[in-house]
Amino acid sequence: MKEFQYTIKDEIGIHARPAGMLVQKAKQFSSRVMLECNGKKAEATKLMAIMSLGVKCGAQVKVTVEGPDEEAAAADLEGFFREHL
Amino acid sequence: MEIYTGKTISKGIAIGKLYFYAKDKQQVKRYRVEEPGKELERFEQAKGRAVQELNTLYEKAVREVGEVNAEIFQVHAMMLEDEDYNDSVQNMITAQKVNAEYAVASTGDNFAGMFAGMEDEYFRARAADIKDISERMIGILLERREDTGLPPVPSILAAEDLAPSETVQMDKEKLLGFVTRFGSGSSHTAILARTMGLPAIAGISVEKEWDGRMAALDGALGQLILDPDEKTMKELQERLAQDQDQKRLLAEWKGRETVTAGGRRIRLYANAGNMTDLVSVLENDAEGIGLFRSEFLYLESDHFPTEEEQFQAYKTAAENMAGKKLIIRTLDIGADKQAEYFGLEKEENPAMGYRAIRICLSQPELFKTQLRAIFRASAYGTVSVMYPMIISLEEVHRIREIVEEVKGELGAQDLPFGEVEQGIMIETPAAALISGELAREVDFFSIGTNDLTQYTLAIDRQNERLEQFCDPHHPALLRLIEMVIQNGHAAGCWVGICGELGADLELTEWFVRAGIDELSVSPSMILPLRKKISEAE
Repeated sequence: MKEFQYTIKDEIGIHARPAGMLVQKAKQFSSRVMLECNGKKAEATKLMAIMSLGVKCGAQVKVTVEGPDEEAAAADLEGFFREHL
Repeated sequence: MEIYTGKTISKGIAIGKLYFYAKDKQQVKRYRVEEPGKELERFEQAKGRAVQELNTLYEKAVREVGEVNAEIFQVHAMMLEDEDYNDSVQNMITAQKVNAEYAVASTGDNFAGMFAGMEDEYFRARAADIKDISERMIGILLERREDTGLPPVPSILAAEDLAPSETVQMDKEKLLGFVTRFGSGSSHTAILARTMGLPAIAGISVEKEWDGRMAALDGALGQLILDPDEKTMKELQERLAQDQDQKRLLAEWKGRETVTAGGRRIRLYANAGNMTDLVSVLENDAEGIGLFRSEFLYLESDHFPTEEEQFQAYKTAAENMAGKKLIIRTLDIGADKQAEYFGLEKEENPAMGYRAIRICLSQPELFKTQLRAIFRASAYGTVSVMYPMIISLEEVHRIREIVEEVKGELGAQDLPFGEVEQGIMIETPAAALISGELAREVDFFSIGTNDLTQYTLAIDRQNERLEQFCDPHHPALLRLIEMVIQNGHAAGCWVGICGELGADLELTEWFVRAGIDELSVSPSMILPLRKKISEAE
């Protein structure tokens, strides 16, 4: 299992657009990607679930990746967060 | 005439007949189905069509409001594909043996309810997106989707609520603006309205009976006026015409260089009086800030602003200008601008009293704090500094000594700073008359015509009774300006104007001929002036 922490810089937080992009990104991997914030968890392939976390600017999220391509997926996702969130 | 006040969604003015847009809430009946498999299939088919519709809508939105704003419709399509959403609908159909419409409606309600209960306004507003996709699905399933209920003539639309998709679907030719009962400034509908330049307000209990009445909508004030009287109507029509002129100017003159008909470049800068002015400075395409009135930091505070407080403000301004020139005028307090904590004595003749550079040179610690902040901010952009109310060479020499001290101190502390152009304001007849000598000491002059006028003509600019004696184009004033430009140029200084006279379109031609290098005016005058300059000479 791989994991990383990220502090959200986007002004609105994980809003609809980047959430949609994150889902598409997470679906490219066969590993299971989980998002954790404020004690709540959501699977990164589920748009409504991610948005219902209500992740705001400045919040810290923990991303865990588990599966056959976890190494590549974690690196790619970390880049995604940095670029879009 | 009736006036209703709600909240601003999108600024601007619309005048026209009100059209009540009644969206029949689609009634969904729950019934038991014998073959859930068939219902699941209906659901899948409807979903396919909904996604198709959303793609079409996305393309229309890309054309009308741009890719970024259009993406909400792609997100809608993704919401329809969401695992949890689909699981919920499918479970209801198979476990409860209910019809697809009902399963979609109650799933939609559940998800919308979840968002509506969230703490953050942005996420709460997402409930509207869920309702939008739900309504779309139900409409398809009920095969009840036809006309969009649009007004036959250009109208102001009144509705309980508008979904983002409805806003984009509407024919812009027919829509002057809209007023709704629900809706928030952070909804996608609001963002779309702003992008489309449609005036809009929310929070008004619209009534069906209003349909067909004459109305005016003032987006900025959040007001809806029914049956406006003649006077109100006239005022609003004038403002509407102004808005339209401004928009035309924007479309035509934004992004262009400021060049005279003779081919000479004039620097067209804006005056800014606080941080919020930065927005309109950039919106109106100013080429720099020619007068950043730093005193707002002092006037809006209840203590002497610290170096750090000032540094943050100047740095933000410099960064926002992204390399364009930012000319900070040092503290110009006194006379009509007072802050209590300065403890200034009441004066008989404050315009000629203890003010501006006189305070700074008498209280050098105060001055040095500001200069340190300005020099530190110069590491983040193109910063210049100018000093107000100069009357003598000695003052300029004293300023230079203090500047050298400040630079020395910053250097010793390893605090970075850039090249800071040094200028003075020419706003006293004394400075104008010795401008030849002053020009050898500084990099630029900025003529402050407001004070120069009042000192030259001995006319108090705050005394309305003197208006009949005040000729803003007085030959004495124009001769002084001409002299300052010539003396400045002879010693290699560039010369600008930052007073109100700079925006006087009747004088533009004259300024250009006199050889002015820069004009700094209020942001709303930038584009009209650019146009005027292009016709000059």
